[in-house]
Amino acid sequence: MTRIIVIGNGMVGYKFCEKLRAASSKEDFQITVFGEEPWPAYDRVHLSAYFSGSKVDDLSMAPRSWYQENEIDLRTNELIIEIDREQKRVVSHTGTVMHYDKLVLATGSAAFVPAINGVEKKGVFVYRTIEDLDAIMDFGKKAKSAAVIGGGLLGLEAAKAVMDMGLETHVIEFAPRLMPRQLDDAGAGILKSKLEDLGITIHLSKNTRQINGNGKLTGLDFADGSGLSVDMLVISAGIEPRDELAKTCGISTADRGGVIVNEFLQTKEDKDIFAIGEVASYQSMIYGLVAPGYEMASQVVNQLCGKASKPFLGFDMSTKLKLIGVDVASFGDPFGELEPSENIVYENKNSGVYKRINVSKDGKRLLGGVLVGDATAYGMLLQMTQNKMPLPPNPEDLILGNRGGKAPESAGLESLPAEAQICSCENVTKGDICQLIEKEGLYNIDEIKCCTKAGTGCGGCAPMLNDLLKSQLKAMGKQVKNSLCEHFDYSRQELLDLVKIKGIRSYDELLDQFGKGDGCEICKPAVASILASTWNELVTKQDTIQDTNDRYLANIQKGGTYSVVPRIPGGEITPEKLIVIGQVAKKYGLYTKVTGGQRIDLFGARVDQLPDIWEELIDAGFESGHAYGKSLRTVKSCVGSTWCRYGVQDAVSFAIRVEERYRGLRSPHKLKGAVSGCIRECAEAQSKDFGLIATEKGWNLYVCGNGGSKPQHAKLLINDVDSETVLRYIDRFLMFYIRTAEPLNRTATWLNKMEGGIEYLRDVVVNDSLGIGEVLEKEMEFMIQTYACEWKEVVNNPELRAKFKHFVNDEQGDPSIGFKEMRGQKIPASWT
Amino acid sequence: MSTKLEKYKTADTSKITTWFKAAPVSALPENGGACIKYKDLQIAIYNFSRRNEWYACQNLCPHKMQMALSRGMIGSQGDEPKVACPFHKKTFSLKSGKNLNGDTCDIATYPIKVEDGYVYVGFEN
Repeated sequence: MTRIIVIGNGMVGYKFCEKLRAASSKEDFQITVFGEEPWPAYDRVHLSAYFSGSKVDDLSMAPRSWYQENEIDLRTNELIIEIDREQKRVVSHTGTVMHYDKLVLATGSAAFVPAINGVEKKGVFVYRTIEDLDAIMDFGKKAKSAAVIGGGLLGLEAAKAVMDMGLETHVIEFAPRLMPRQLDDAGAGILKSKLEDLGITIHLSKNTRQINGNGKLTGLDFADGSGLSVDMLVISAGIEPRDELAKTCGISTADRGGVIVNEFLQTKEDKDIFAIGEVASYQSMIYGLVAPGYEMASQVVNQLCGKASKPFLGFDMSTKLKLIGVDVASFGDPFGELEPSENIVYENKNSGVYKRINVSKDGKRLLGGVLVGDATAYGMLLQMTQNKMPLPPNPEDLILGNRGGKAPESAGLESLPAEAQICSCENVTKGDICQLIEKEGLYNIDEIKCCTKAGTGCGGCAPMLNDLLKSQLKAMGKQVKNSLCEHFDYSRQELLDLVKIKGIRSYDELLDQFGKGDGCEICKPAVASILASTWNELVTKQDTIQDTNDRYLANIQKGGTYSVVPRIPGGEITPEKLIVIGQVAKKYGLYTKVTGGQRIDLFGARVDQLPDIWEELIDAGFESGHAYGKSLRTVKSCVGSTWCRYGVQDAVSFAIRVEERYRGLRSPHKLKGAVSGCIRECAEAQSKDFGLIATEKGWNLYVCGNGGSKPQHAKLLINDVDSETVLRYIDRFLMFYIRTAEPLNRTATWLNKMEGGIEYLRDVVVNDSLGIGEVLEKEMEFMIQTYACEWKEVVNNPELRAKFKHFVNDEQGDPSIGFKEMRGQKIPASWT
Repeated sequence: MSTKLEKYKTADTSKITTWFKAAPVSALPENGGACIKYKDLQIAIYNFSRRNEWYACQNLCPHKMQMALSRGMIGSQGDEPKVACPFHKKTFSLKSGKNLNGDTCDIATYPIKVEDGYVYVGFEN
């Protein structure tokens, strides 16, 4: 058995262990890891998430139990202080002496602190470890403003962190532009104005000469004579390899720091000692990114296992990331300086987008470029650069898109060579993925991710993985069918037709007749939704095919408690009812918050409390708000003509009518509506699945809008129609959506996929081009007639009520639920 | 976190010393799960009636440390019986406890048997 010692338990050190264990059996290698930090390796790339509430465990690469399962002796809080190369052993600060056959230095780097007068003052921090972050957060509570020295990648990450703490934020950069190593002047300029829009002040060309303050910092002096008053300073100006151990045992280090390694990552003096990650210096270059570090780890693993391994000959430093919400990417030779080139630039200061590509003099190859504000083309451009792929006749199409509407954009993906790297974090090539699809028959993205780990690192390649899968299946002549999952070879629409025509009323019946296997978490709720949209029977009758929210008729929240939302149609509520909500919340100790849909959400109810809470609410005249269902949520309203001096129609009365008409209606995804009493549109109807805006003559009906991650404005379906007509059109529209949409597609997505778009939809709904208008209206009429409040049925049915408990063998509630206090209310203990 | 997780260790059928009488069969829904309490452990048990099989595993989802697996939907991936956590749909084999998405820890499973209308879960020690 070969004894391996890894010094350093950072991201790369961890990756080395993971890869070594995956590539060999536990009997071949004994692995011991020394880490000086108190916790197992964590994700330093996403460190700023710690400020927005993530915990150490969320950032963790793997829990301690992973090391145990894999028989890796992880010794945290233990610093190696000596390497004895003669005896092949290491000594730790606690006195542990341990022998190795092969030693891996993965000590990483420390924050580089420039020699400025006063860096020792209170309130000056570096940004590198969890402890640094704890200290920053602690100090930040008392501070009002903070400056970050360093306008590079790390500096801007740190700036986001202090901004998230609510401090006035300054970024100080020595160079005349932000991210000088990745961006050109124009690109950096766009980034700067975007960050300034967010309230961050950027100071360029500033050389910090002095940190002022008597013990505690009060401000900075710059070499140009100017100054800045701040309460806190975070230095994030670069990294310094942790090569001190190598130095003391006679291993060469580079002039600019880092352990010198050859193309096999071996140190110059000792072939049994490797260096990987940020501590390794290959040809005087330190690689301060994760992907090259992982590549180095793979290399060493391959060598140890006696597998063929490509020598490490440097690594592409292309990178794409989201900095404070702004997409930034830099690839290949971003400045076009390494060989003669021409550049093509697109700049739109208004929308904050900058794109630049550098093309070889002969116009045949892409050399590199810069993207700010919109980096969607990054994956493709990087591939073209790395694989020296031929450029299209008009290379500007690459950044300006296809303006003539001819050649399809994905043409590039098929022309990629097999060795093209799709996932740089895990080094997975197009060939690897295509092999799995063709030879192993993996046709879904999760299986591919699971097999290759592609897309599990930064996740940046996920869209490309999806496209690749689709294009590969197409190339193989496989019909890319919208089948629901492995258990049903039918689309949602086909299943809905089957349910209707065959009169199927249960999931088991459908699975027996038209499916295979035992079902899963995809088809069960999808079929449950189809059944509910067709027969409108109580969903809890088939409770185990429902998602947890529909099973317990409440929204599951962090910590495993649920939230309760009674319906408040149109957002109108009497003082008496408001008091009842307050009393119930008080009695059961619930956190209360006003929702975006003009109602009140009560959080923190244990599953066993839900029926009691609802009993009281129902007694006071409330009914279920269906906040838990893929169903109609709310119809928001403005006050309308009853109170508002501008209103032209009674928006509230009509919103209540609409909400009560469609309450409880189950659909492929949630549905939101709104009614505005005049053109000022205070109810935001144009961001809803269906929205009405009052006119002098009646209503304008807008459809297929939504907020969420991809906001989309609703489109005008018809204008100036009376109340009865508009309801008829909404009936048809909703039923047509319920019949034809894929599972979990909102109306906006549904419309985007619809051939013919809004014109076609208008033809179907308004002009009744398919001749189904009356049928759709009848179907809706059935849903309206059969509506019943689910909670009322549960509260009055002891058998259903009995299902609401945590343990089946104990009356106690879940003992693991814990709360803490914030602003006078309770919140879940934490998302551990 | 790890202390919470470490309470749950897959029990080996050959080393079972205690068969804990957990609940009557009627307390469990068909093709679904429920949670039982054994000492300070929370165990999810499933009546996979479609396959005529029973399973038991930890109730704690190792992804975000939530006591939730008993409320998850069960089903199959190929032949493998599985459960999906209601929080983020991480899926686990009910047979081996293996995480089927490949990005979270595995879970502990326990032997389970039905006798005279009662469900029994097996524990070591």
